Amino acid sequence: MNPIIVRRRVANGIALCLSTIATVFGLFWLVWILWTTVVKGAAALKPQLVTQMTPPPGSDGGLLNAFYGSFIMITMAVAIATPVGVLAAIYLAEFARGNRVGTVIRFVNDILLSAPSIVIGLFVYELVVRPLGHFSGYAGAVALALILLPVIVRTSDEALQLVPGPMREAGLALGLPHWKVTRTILMRAATTGIVTGLLLGIARISGETAPLLFTALNNQYWSANPITPMANVPVVIFQYAMSPYDSWHALAWAGAFVVTVFVLILGISARLFFKQESTR
Amino acid sequence: MFRLLTGSMAYLVLILLAGAAFSMFWGGRLAFQTFGFKFLYSAVWDPVTKQFGALVPIYGTIVSSAIAILIAVPMSFGIAIFLTEVSPRWLRGPIGTAIELLAAIPSIIYGMWGLFVFVPFMSIHVEPWLNDKLGPQPIIGELFTGPPIGIGMLTAGIILGIMIIPFITAVMRDVFMAVPDALKEAAISLGATTWETIGRVSVPYTRTAVVGAIFLGLGRALGETMAVTFVLGNAHEFTKSLLMPGNSIAAAIANEFTEADSPIYLSSLIALGFLLFVVTFIVLAVAKILLLRIGRLEGARA
Repeated sequence: MNPIIVRRRVANGIALCLSTIATVFGLFWLVWILWTTVVKGAAALKPQLVTQMTPPPGSDGGLLNAFYGSFIMITMAVAIATPVGVLAAIYLAEFARGNRVGTVIRFVNDILLSAPSIVIGLFVYELVVRPLGHFSGYAGAVALALILLPVIVRTSDEALQLVPGPMREAGLALGLPHWKVTRTILMRAATTGIVTGLLLGIARISGETAPLLFTALNNQYWSANPITPMANVPVVIFQYAMSPYDSWHALAWAGAFVVTVFVLILGISARLFFKQESTR
Repeated sequence: MFRLLTGSMAYLVLILLAGAAFSMFWGGRLAFQTFGFKFLYSAVWDPVTKQFGALVPIYGTIVSSAIAILIAVPMSFGIAIFLTEVSPRWLRGPIGTAIELLAAIPSIIYGMWGLFVFVPFMSIHVEPWLNDKLGPQPIIGELFTGPPIGIGMLTAGIILGIMIIPFITAVMRDVFMAVPDALKEAAISLGATTWETIGRVSVPYTRTAVVGAIFLGLGRALGETMAVTFVLGNAHEFTKSLLMPGNSIAAAIANEFTEADSPIYLSSLIALGFLLFVVTFIVLAVAKILLLRIGRLEGARA
């Protein structure tokens, strides 16, 4: 055979082999990281995890206050970011489609989407913590809301844009005001997309650590009042993992395991939910 | 009314970005006033004498991100090719999702895994080898000398690289998918191999978007905090070696913010945050502009 053809075929084979190796390389890390988390986390799982508070150095305990604090802050973040995000998305999709304002806001929103979360933490520190004079659960919730917001804006905007124009026209032709068309027709049609975005957003903020370091800080004790510094799972993991105590390391792995499982279940179920609903 | 309400919420997004930039500039003004431009190139970071310069964290951020890009770009390119050209159709969905899950794992998990698993691995298996083989070489040797403790710029860069693979891959895959079949078929009908079709048709057609994808990954790598904080070692001595503990902007803020005991210390950290914000803003804006050209194909979902 012609040597040029041979060379080209060999080059082709090598390149495609390398691409397969790259894929295996990527999956290898995923498996390695998940494997470590599962093995070390499952070993540290025990009932005290959800019945006891975070312990002082060297002794046993659980993560109850941290779970509670994370739950409260995530709930507040969702309560803040969802209405703002959906309303902003309605504006983008309904009133600012294709015009300059819409382009600029989408552009800025996409940048916020990828902006370093530690910078959001600093912003909230200046915005909330410094004026109040102390760290608080509210500040943590605001920081998480700011990270969640662009996710909701982005996904809701896309979901609303997918709603066919004739549906809007049908509503308007019946004499409905625009807000009613949006609420009764568009929102219903776009629910799947919006919920998917929300789930993915929650998955993202439940593992966020950096913005909580100097907003919610941490609390070793039970803190039900969000005006005080609040315990939360990611920061507890961070502090315990960096500590020299084995019992704290075990707790950190247990926390990491719970967070990872929670995030992956949310992420996968959001995808499945979206796929199922949109093929219906 | 309704339009006003929704509009004000949309403008809130704009205000947030401007507010974030302004508040950090405001918080960092004391440091900028005190140190001036010296803040950018001074390597002194001494809370006791209250002298602060950002050179070490800036250098660390750039070097660790550069390592990350060097690793992530070829890998992502390979994975994107695998997903669009090599993989059988039924395998595309599962593998694509698996790679996306790499992005879903919280960065603190990467950090813990890095500290407890990957750092020992590097210090036992990889770094002694680098010391022996690359250490004595001229020029690059300096990068690979130092005690094999596992913590350092190289480890941080590798972990960052793994973390940004899914972001770059997603965009590359989407744009490769968007190459019109007619163009590819034309190349194949002229006798081009798959690899030649990718190199001569797909890549030139999607060039701007591919560069945009790389910038997107770079933006992520620059600002990544927790994973880097665990494995970088928080050292403020300037060192060329990739095996020595270093620092990055994000890691310095995360480690030292709650310990900052004087206004100028706090202000210097916020000033670091401002620098990081400006740089990532520029990088991400470039990425967005490059990606806009290819239409609405952006794979970087949360």
